[in-house]
Amino acid sequence: MASKWKFTIKDFAEKPEIFMSGHRACAGCGPAIAYRQVLKAARGPIIATNATGCMEVVSTIYPYTAWGIPWIHTAFENVAANAAGIETALKALKKKGQLKYDHVDVIAFAGDGGTYDIGIQALSGAAERGHDFLYVLYDNEAYMNTGIQRSGGTPHGAWTTTSPAGRVIPGKVEYKKPIGAIMVAHDIPFVATASIAYWLDLVRKARRGLEAEGPAFLHALAPCPRGWRYDTSKTVEIARLAVETCVFPLWEAVDGEYALSAPSKVIALKPERKKPVKDYLKVQGRFRHLFVPEFEHVIGEIQQIIDRRWKRLLKKCGMT
Amino acid sequence: MAITKQNLRALNGDEAVAYAVKQSDVDVVSAYPITPQTIIVERFSEYVHNGEVDTEFVCVESEHSALSMCLAASATGVRVFTASASAGLALMHEILYVTSGARAPVVMAIANRALSGPINIHCDHSDSMVERDAGWIQIYVENSQEAYDSIIQAFRIAEHNDLLLPTMVMLDAFFLSHTLESVNVLPDETVRKFVGTRKIPLIRGHRGKLVPFKLDPENPITMGPLDLYDYYFEHKRQQEEAMQRAPRIIKEVHDEYARISGREYGNGLVEPYRLEDAEIAAVCLGSTAGTTKTVVDQLRSKGIKAGLLRLRTYRPYPVKDIINTLENVKAIAVMDRSHSFGAHGGPVFHEIRHVLYDASIHPHVVDYIYGLGGRDMPQSLIHEIYKDLQKILETKRVEKPVQFIGVRE
Repeated sequence: MASKWKFTIKDFAEKPEIFMSGHRACAGCGPAIAYRQVLKAARGPIIATNATGCMEVVSTIYPYTAWGIPWIHTAFENVAANAAGIETALKALKKKGQLKYDHVDVIAFAGDGGTYDIGIQALSGAAERGHDFLYVLYDNEAYMNTGIQRSGGTPHGAWTTTSPAGRVIPGKVEYKKPIGAIMVAHDIPFVATASIAYWLDLVRKARRGLEAEGPAFLHALAPCPRGWRYDTSKTVEIARLAVETCVFPLWEAVDGEYALSAPSKVIALKPERKKPVKDYLKVQGRFRHLFVPEFEHVIGEIQQIIDRRWKRLLKKCGMT
Repeated sequence: MAITKQNLRALNGDEAVAYAVKQSDVDVVSAYPITPQTIIVERFSEYVHNGEVDTEFVCVESEHSALSMCLAASATGVRVFTASASAGLALMHEILYVTSGARAPVVMAIANRALSGPINIHCDHSDSMVERDAGWIQIYVENSQEAYDSIIQAFRIAEHNDLLLPTMVMLDAFFLSHTLESVNVLPDETVRKFVGTRKIPLIRGHRGKLVPFKLDPENPITMGPLDLYDYYFEHKRQQEEAMQRAPRIIKEVHDEYARISGREYGNGLVEPYRLEDAEIAAVCLGSTAGTTKTVVDQLRSKGIKAGLLRLRTYRPYPVKDIINTLENVKAIAVMDRSHSFGAHGGPVFHEIRHVLYDASIHPHVVDYIYGLGGRDMPQSLIHEIYKDLQKILETKRVEKPVQFIGVRE
């Protein structure tokens, strides 16, 4: 399934925008960057569907829209079922000779709440049934649209309004759900992680996801200045730090075979390049409460889980 | 037009629905099994696996996804169908509103079943009554023949470009869904011709030009946007305006179908039975109407001026027809197969009494909650109801405006 497709920064600049300017995302919005990058991977006609969430809200306040392609939103927990419905309808139209195109790509967009939590049933069902679509998870690690509440994608120790930095409990108790591994376990053709800091890697993976025949899952880390509590100019920097600290390693699994992507592979080959998670945590206000003597052990816990997961990933990628 | 020659088949209600869907050139069916609707999806699966239909049939992981799939497929421009009941319909609740708000003409069959808890698989109307405000057209059928006929009509009604209203057809659990009946079916080509192909209306797109109202890469539109206080209200009002147009379309489709099939159900909205000179009458929905007609005949043979009004459509609510057919009746018993706890009677009672307030004379109207969880409603109990009405007629007094019937005290 290796993609022969080549992409340069010049192509990127010349490709027409599908996700257009004028939307109402916050300054420094990571998800908006992720959307723009994913849609740069377009190879032909696309129909998109979006779960309820920040990006649905900021891009479609009636009567305005930022979408240059057909797009539908229906609810929060069902975006994978919507994608399945569109894909099935296209199949029916094609069978009847009523589809004007050889193929139409279908992309489902959802945040972490719509994926890890309320939408996982529909996602799992659609993956099991093998619908041909690309599911893009833009992960800003909390329910940002409703004002920063914890989700299954929120990391351990992070402050949110429902996992506050209390005097007794310092932020989120639980750990981030390994959603990528869950999707690989569905035995679908393509699963990958990506970070908006590594745009070429992200666009290339989005393209491979579109080219895959069957369900493809792209997990894009997309920092949120409002929810993560950092200056709006730091979004890309933090997205890069997540990879450099192995908090969010970049990999892909083609037909279940894991392989590290270049930015993480470098760290695997030269472990001295792996930065401590502290570097990532200290630049974000959502972890600020951990930098006091009584809660410093939580930083140790985070380092431990990150190391354990990184080791496990290296094993899956045959790098140990 | 001459009445088409038809085949008599032994079908239960679910099978009659599946057969109608098979003949209606449906592009996408997405459903989840739930008793007593299951036979619909089982029969349809057989049609698919035996190559008798072209339909894309998707067995999803929940009713929520079943309707979500149908909604998105419908928005892509194809004809869709799903079926459910009880808890399954309740799980769809959220998406029922999204579907009608998106003006997606989804057709759905409901095998009316009690809601949990306690869990019960048998007939009452609680599941669909709770969805009466969801913006769907609701058609309640009396028998399996009508289930077959109504499903075919439903595609024409839902997809009519003056409406674009999702439509649900209700058949009583087990009494209809699982009971074998002689059903006349039209030839495939007759149904195919009657339903036609789905026509997509043109709407004003984002750049002001007329574009088809569907997800179309050539003419991209944004569907289901965030719609706040500055436009939401107008969009909801448009749904009501479409509902106001619905009675005319439902009647037209019903009449056209009657001309080819030879079967009619009142005027398509209500079916009055021996009501012209009736002094006492019952009002009900669904299969109970069949039993009640027998009771009316028995009473008439004794010279008692009894009648029945069966509501076929519950949404749109046939206000004018109810007033016209009931205003000269002196005492009316509404039969509710669902209940609104803590309210003064069931939903059908509320609305019948409510519209009769606008009638020139106000008859006595009483309510009987019956048959919850599949409790049988035999002729003897219906006779009791008419006896009560006769008493009201004599005494001109109502002792109990709302009561449960057929229940242990």
